This record gives sequence, structure tokens and C-alpha cells, in this order.
Amino acid sequence: MSDFTSNFWSIYVTALTLLGIFGCLLLLWITARKKVESTADNTTGHVWDGDLMEMNNPMPRWWMWLFVITSVFGLGYLAVYPGLGNYGGKLGWTQLGQYDSEVNKANKELEPMYARFASMKPEDMAGDAQAMAIGERLFMNNCAQCHGSDARGSKGFPNLSDGDWLHGGTPDKIHETITKGRVGVMPPMAAAVGSPEDVRNLAQYVLSLSGSPHDSLRASLGKEKFGACAACHGMDGKGNQALGAPNLTDDIWLHGWGENAIIAMINNGKTNEMPAQEGKLTDAQINVLTAYVWGLSNKPGAAR
Amino acid sequence: MTTPSGKLRKVIPITPADPSKDGAAASFYEAQKKVYPRSISGVFARWRWILVFLTQLVFYGLPWLEWGQRQSVLFDLDAKRFYLFGLVLYPQDFIYLTGLLIISALALFLFTAVAGRLWCGFSCPQTVYTEIFMWIEHKVEGDRSARMRLDNGGWTFEKIRKKSLKQFLWIAVSLWTGFTFVGYFVPIRQLAGELLAFQGSWQIFWVFFYGFATYGNAGFLREQVCKYMCPYARFQSAMFDKDTLVVSYDPVRGEPRAPRNKSIDHKAQGLGDCIDCSLCVQVCPTGIDIRHGLQYDCIGCGLCVDACNTVMDKMKYPRGLIRYTTQNGVAQGWTSRQMLRRVLRPRVLIYSTVLLGISVAMVFSLMARTPLKVDVVRDRAALSRIVAGGRLENVYRLQIMNATEAPQRYRISAQGLDGIEVASESEIEIEPAQSRWVAVRLQIPYGAAPAGSHTVHFDIESLGEKRAHVQEKAVFLVPR
Repeated sequence: MSDFTSNFWSIYVTALTLLGIFGCLLLLWITARKKVESTADNTTGHVWDGDLMEMNNPMPRWWMWLFVITSVFGLGYLAVYPGLGNYGGKLGWTQLGQYDSEVNKANKELEPMYARFASMKPEDMAGDAQAMAIGERLFMNNCAQCHGSDARGSKGFPNLSDGDWLHGGTPDKIHETITKGRVGVMPPMAAAVGSPEDVRNLAQYVLSLSGSPHDSLRASLGKEKFGACAACHGMDGKGNQALGAPNLTDDIWLHGWGENAIIAMINNGKTNEMPAQEGKLTDAQINVLTAYVWGLSNKPGAAR
Repeated sequence: MTTPSGKLRKVIPITPADPSKDGAAASFYEAQKKVYPRSISGVFARWRWILVFLTQLVFYGLPWLEWGQRQSVLFDLDAKRFYLFGLVLYPQDFIYLTGLLIISALALFLFTAVAGRLWCGFSCPQTVYTEIFMWIEHKVEGDRSARMRLDNGGWTFEKIRKKSLKQFLWIAVSLWTGFTFVGYFVPIRQLAGELLAFQGSWQIFWVFFYGFATYGNAGFLREQVCKYMCPYARFQSAMFDKDTLVVSYDPVRGEPRAPRNKSIDHKAQGLGDCIDCSLCVQVCPTGIDIRHGLQYDCIGCGLCVDACNTVMDKMKYPRGLIRYTTQNGVAQGWTSRQMLRRVLRPRVLIYSTVLLGISVAMVFSLMARTPLKVDVVRDRAALSRIVAGGRLENVYRLQIMNATEAPQRYRISAQGLDGIEVASESEIEIEPAQSRWVAVRLQIPYGAAPAGSHTVHFDIESLGEKRAHVQEKAVFLVPR
């Protein structure tokens, strides 16, 4: 508890709280000792406007005791829980501790359920309705922010449901991607390619690889410049999953389609990162998630 | 009185308390004086018992009724499903609870304006359980005087036997009440089994909690609840007017009160009809003297009317010295026909009209309720994307809730833009009383709409026998 910049506020809050409680008790004690003169007709004897009288109905005594009990409870509470300025309370309760213990408790309760999946292969898990329901929820909470709630991604964020994989689509590779994250680097290649005209020709050639509409004259001129790209994307442009180099022949455009998008990519390059989920998700959760992501583009094992 | 400026100023003269009139010095806090109501029979006592049976038959019996495969009335807080016979309500239907509360409040206003604190005297749980507990007390310990003797006497074996028997019966009724109450929130048959096996610590806690509340309120606090805790007791006087039926003592007829021999001609001696037997005070469950006039502690149960009538019968005086009448009725000696004519007064008519209006609206809206609920949320990640074939795609998450008790198939379609269509699965199945989140992709041909945001509509309709149809608005974004 170090919420206050100065110790003054801690003392201020403590003093106000305690003064309030003891003030109430003092008031109660004084009024309980005081006696009032009562009259035979049970009025205070005060008369207003000729006939308006004030009844003298005392408070019930149990009400007074309730007040005392409440005050004692308040003091007891302040002794064991935080409330008096910086004083943390005898139980040492904190919001953070409460959160941690609730998360631990929930994880313990979920353990037997995840234990059932521990021995299953991802291919089989993808056919298990319960595992997929959990997987969907995990995906929505942890992956959908970038990949979209339908897992089809958007510009810069890969589509996970189309069978096209930058780093490999086997369950092992997916597991590795989720656990460790990935960094995809496309270096700026303008210098290696040549003049802006060369870059434009190269872009037309890249378009031709997937059979997209292109200028065939420029494409044939650009072909010889492709050597600079082949180191990663391969001579045939089919990419290299070991390097995370995309396949350029499948008409899937992660960073935008068309000549301009390709020219921008060649000139500026790009570093794209998938953050590691290790430590954020438990191993059991990553296993289920792996099966869910694998199942998005594959027929589950249970269907065999 | 004039101020120096010459203006009139109103001054309220305060007469100081007269010490010569005084009794003993009293404390600011008063020990509760235990009320020992005498049991009485009569018209009002009988009506009170009829209402005890009616309300408790419903309260204790309802959770045991089955409806198909489930409990007929069950408020499943965990699953957030509220079953009322053929009806399944969801948290989204919370408005109906508001409607029900408004109807209850207006009914309270109406009944109070017409006939005083009927609710307090006859059907409030505080009254009803106090009555049940007093009945047990009466059966075990005897009537008023026997109970007072027992409490003032020493701890004999007889006293211990009676007190423990009473406590045992009280606790049994309390626990059964607590159990029944929890049975509205947890299936009661399942709850019974679990309690027998000592399972479910929270359920056991709540059974004991409500049991303890019943025991404390009906056994000990009793009229203290009405006098010091209940807000309704205080604000019901705002609905009273001079034509409201209330339990009233007729001072014109009754005063001057005095005990007398039955054989004398009291009128010749200048005496009123009240023989000051104090039976009306003895039977009162809140321990008041109705002869002091209308007071907030009076719950309007009418037991003093029953008591006084038996006395009047014995004295061969006409009944109704204490009677259920209006203030105008007492002051002007009206007959019941004359009082009845005053029932249709503006406040009664207004309460009735509003009550009727809201009740009808509630019934209609319940009947016209669509057993299908849809919530559309745009995908948080992708605003818009271009997919194969150069089509524009937006992604939405639809929460579709099947509010029926049978599985349903729904068809999702969309309107609002040229060539708009659902690219994902357009038919989905949802289990009874369940909801599902589905990702839905909408596509339009490239160039079908200018850049910017466009309003589109989702249409969701069930394909079952009972057609339910919901239209929800959404936004389709076209990038620049």
C-alpha cells in the first residue's frame, strides 16, 4: 500500500475514520445516559399553532445495540482488512492477491478438463466439440484482436483458415508459432534491384507468378531482376517456410494486392511480428489452441 | 407581532413542557415491550387465516410443480434463465420485472387508497409468518394471560418443556421456509437431495440465512418491523384520504368510556358505549390502542373490530363501535352505501387507469415477445478487407439466442447494399434456451458502394414451425 504521495494523507484518512466511529459511539453513549421528562399524554409538551403536538416516541433499544454492533464490526473490519490509510490489515489482503488466488483456483478447477486433452493428438482434439468450444473462446480472447474473430485476418495479419502458411501448418509448427512467436522480415530491396523502373518491372513479374492481371512485357523484363528475391522466395517464387518467406504464386496478398503494394514492399521492406504467447497462456491452453487453429483449415481427425 | 421594519412576522409560540404533568424520566431508547396478543375469532380473523392458507399454499407448493421436464417456476441465477410455467425469460427481459414491480406498486397504491392497509394486515409475509408463529405459540403456551404468567414465572420443568417445544416448532417452520425459498432458485427436488447429503455449502448457507430471517422476524421482531423498519408502513399514509376505509373507533358513540354493569341504562347515566374492557388493545398484534385514532402502527388487520363486536354482542349493544369505515363515514354517520359512492374518486380512478394500462401493455408485450434475440457486434480486428475476386468483406459477430425450449435452425441474411450477401454459413442450429456467437462475413462486389460507412440490416429468421424474425442494424465499412 503506497498509494499516497505523502504520509499526511494516510494519517488524515485514518484519523477521520476513527474519529467518525468513536464520535458516533460517544454520541450514542451521551444520548443513552440522558433522561427526558415524559408527560402523562406521551407528548413532549411542545405545542405549535395551537394544536400541533410532538409525540415522544423513543427509539427502540435494539436499534441502539445494532448501532453499537455495527461500530464494533467496523473496527474489527478495519483491523483485519485495509482501510486505515497505509495500514494493510492483519490478514494482508490485497486486490492483487485476491485476483491471483481466484485465477489459481480457476486453473485448478480446469485442470481435470485439460487433463483429458493432454493425451490427445491435435488432429483428434480438433474433432472434439468441448475442446473446440474452449479453443474458440481462447482464440476470441487472445488471437481475434489481430487475426479477426473469423480467423481470416486482414491486411498484415495472416488468414489462418486458408491452408496457406508462412511458417508451416503442421500442428508442431503451429504450436511453435503460438509458443515462441514469429518475426517475419522482408528487407528493403530497392538498391539490390536497381532503378525505380526495374522495381516496377519486378512488381509486374511478381504479379504474373500468381496469374494476376499484369503487363507481360514489363514482367518479362522484371524476371531477370527476380534473382535478388530468389534467396528467400525461391527461384520459382513459391517461398520458404523455414524462413517465413511467403509463397508469391498463390494469389494471397498479406500486405496488399496490386502493383503499388508490391513496389512499396520492395522499396521499404517490412518487419511483421507475431508475439509469443508463452507465459501468457498455459501449456494446456496452447495445446487446445493449436488444435483449434489447425482445425480451421483441416478436416478434424474424428471425421476419419 | 411586528419587526423593527414594521413587517408582520409569523412566530410560532412554543409552550414549554409542563413539569407538573410529568411522569417518570424516560430514556431516549426504550426497551421493547413484548406484545401478548389475545386470540380472537370473527370475520377479520377468518379472512386473515384464509389469506395465510392461500399465500402459503402458493409459496410452499409452487416449487414442487413440474412443467414438462423442469420445475414450473425456477429462477436459475447461475444459468441466467428464468422459468415461469411456459415462459422462459432472459436477463434481456429484465424490463418485465420492472413492469411487474410497477404493477405491484400501483396495486398497493390502489388498494391502500380504497381500503387502507389491506396488504399489511392480510398478505404481507411479515404479518402472515407472525400469525403462523403466534398460532404455534398459542397452541403450545396457551392464550395471552397464560403466556404472560409463563414468562413472568420462574424456570420450572413445565416452562422449559413448553419453551423448547415452541422453539423446536418455530425452527422447523423457519428452516422449511428457508428451504422453500432457496427452492425457487435451485431446483427444489435436487436441493432436497443435496441437503440430505450435506452438499452445496452456499445452498445450506442460504437455507439457514432465510430460515434465520423468518425465525427472527416472525418470532421476535414482529411489530417492530412494521413500526421501525418498513418503509411501506410510513408512506402508505400518503395514499389515505378521508374516504379511505380504515379501522376506526367511533368516539361519538363510545365516549365517555367506563366500565359498567350490563343491566344499567348507560345512556341515562351519560356513558358512551365503550365499556373500557381493553379487549381491543389485548388482541392487537402491534399492541396499540385503536381508540387513540388512526396511527401509523395500525396495520389494519381488523382484529379489534372482531374483539369489540363480541363485547357489543354480550352487552346487547349494536355492533360496530370499532368498525371498518372511512373518516368521513364516522364524522358524518354515513351508511356503507354512502361511503361506497365515494369510492370512485379521482385518485382511485387514476390509480386504476394507470394500473390497467400497464397490465394490458405488459400482457400484450409478453404475448408478442419474439423468442429470438440477436446482438450484432462488428469484428474488433478487421475494419474491411479485400478478398479473392476483389470483393469487399466485413466481419461481424452475431450473438443469436434461442429463447424457445426446442432446438431451432436460423437463417441469416443481409440487406441494404447492392449485391450484399452472406459469405459464411447462412444457416445455423442452436440448442434449446442457449445462445451462440457466430462469426458472419458480409461481402459486396468491389465498387458497389462508395467509400465510407453504410447502414445494412441483418435478418435472422427461424425455420421452425413458429416463425420468429428479428432485424438488426449494422454498419458496413468500405475503405478509401
